[in-house]
Amino acid sequence: MDSFFSIYVWPGIVMVAQSLLLLVCLLVFIAYVLLADRKIWAAVQLRRGPNVVGPFGLFQSFADLLKFVFKEPVIPAGANKAVFLLAPLVAVLLALSTWAVVPLADGWVIANINVGILYIFAISSLEVYGIIMGGWASNSKYPFLGALRSAAQMVSYEVSIGFVIVTVLLCVGSLNLTDIVNAQHDGLGTRMGLPASFLDWHWLALFPMFVVFFISALAETNRPPFDLPEAESELVAGFMVEYGSSPYMMFMLGEYAAVCLMCALTTILFLGGWLPPVDIWILNWVPGIVWFMLKSMLVFFMFAMVKAFVPRYRYDQLMRLGWKIFLPLSLAMVVITAFVLKLTGWA
Amino acid sequence: MGLQAIFFYLFAFIAVASAFMVISAKNPVHSVLFLILVFFNAAGLFLLTGAEFLAMILLVVYIGAVAVLFLFVVMMLDIDFAELRSGVLQYAPIGILIGLIVAAELVVVVGGSVLTPEAAKSITMPIPNPATRTNTAALGDVLYTNYVYFFQIAGLVLLVAMIGAIVLTLRHRTNIKRQDISQQVARTPATAVEVVKVKPGQGV
Repeated sequence: MDSFFSIYVWPGIVMVAQSLLLLVCLLVFIAYVLLADRKIWAAVQLRRGPNVVGPFGLFQSFADLLKFVFKEPVIPAGANKAVFLLAPLVAVLLALSTWAVVPLADGWVIANINVGILYIFAISSLEVYGIIMGGWASNSKYPFLGALRSAAQMVSYEVSIGFVIVTVLLCVGSLNLTDIVNAQHDGLGTRMGLPASFLDWHWLALFPMFVVFFISALAETNRPPFDLPEAESELVAGFMVEYGSSPYMMFMLGEYAAVCLMCALTTILFLGGWLPPVDIWILNWVPGIVWFMLKSMLVFFMFAMVKAFVPRYRYDQLMRLGWKIFLPLSLAMVVITAFVLKLTGWA
Repeated sequence: MGLQAIFFYLFAFIAVASAFMVISAKNPVHSVLFLILVFFNAAGLFLLTGAEFLAMILLVVYIGAVAVLFLFVVMMLDIDFAELRSGVLQYAPIGILIGLIVAAELVVVVGGSVLTPEAAKSITMPIPNPATRTNTAALGDVLYTNYVYFFQIAGLVLLVAMIGAIVLTLRHRTNIKRQDISQQVARTPATAVEVVKVKPGQGV
């Protein structure tokens, strides 16, 4: 009985507690990411953004949360009720479940699995189902068009994301996310004879792939300028037209959780995860989670700036970029990286 | 082992139940969604046996790509459910025949491994110790050294299939305007803008 407790019950309790802690922190973080998104967007357009609820509008996201929760959910008469309600649930659950394998600092990970990067890739490729199911179950034209666009878009950009991940994995030699970060202790900078610094991270050695990954991440999470599934000027709100109150909030939550995940993934793959930018004692003394958060927020700042600056792509341009530019480029980079690693013997 | 057994029966039960729902659901879209649930539970079963790479590839390839296209097509079909139901009995004999063949094959495979357990030892590739070699690396070892030519041939077959699909569906329409981005970018004020001095009261 004692061994039963120590094998199953206690690790179970620890795991549940860790997951809850991560989820609560993540949700609060997402609330402020949403606020930051709106504030940055406003600042670019010389507006103030949300500034009424709390000091500087800091509690705006929580006010929005209450508003969504207390509204009446409306289900269209012609909708397929079960699938209609399942869709936002799928979207949010999948987006949150990917966080189980993300290492926030050295050893700060709930599930340190061998195939961590594949797990993230697999789950984020399933996120399209929330959108397709929502668009179809609404039984209406705009949502359906939005869902079809989204399905084609996400499948297209997943291909190039996959190849970008392969190039990083070639340099690392492991599918474990912690190993991927640790492999960036030494890289291009140290091979040049410099001390360990931010020049070792993959963003420099694989710079074209860094750009491709960033743009594909925008497309994969339906962020502007690739927000065609919910293009408000042509499709009203795309697949979310028929949604209101809590289900709508869940779609938004899922979207922002996916955006935060892409920021974290960019940090892990290209920006050295929790590693400090320069290897000196005072920076090493700062906890890894701080570096991780700072880098993720930097990537998110770029996400928000792109949203504010860049006009929406036309659909055929989007497909052209994905299939005719990113796919050949990333495919070529896989081959080139493999050759370079083989010839120099660095891997 | 207790927890593993519980999860095995959980995944297996959901997989079988949703496989049944795939063929009994009235709406084809629901069928595809249940099919996705079957794939998901199959991935869970792979994970239980320690084949984490195969489980993730099952998710990426079958659920992330194949089932999306499947759902895509089924959603856009204009299906008359009553007509669909009417043909069930007509095709039942063929369905039963195929089901029997698959069942017989399963019996042969499972029965063979139960009756002669030493057959498992005769496989040419020894299974590496999972503690020292991850199964991603182990699969790569076998696939890219012992079976590299078969791997290349499989790639060529897929390439031929892909080119075939493109050739069959590609049609060049002559009377439409296409966007040439390099041409647009190469435009200069000299070729694009004409400055006209217009005298008052004369027009262009």
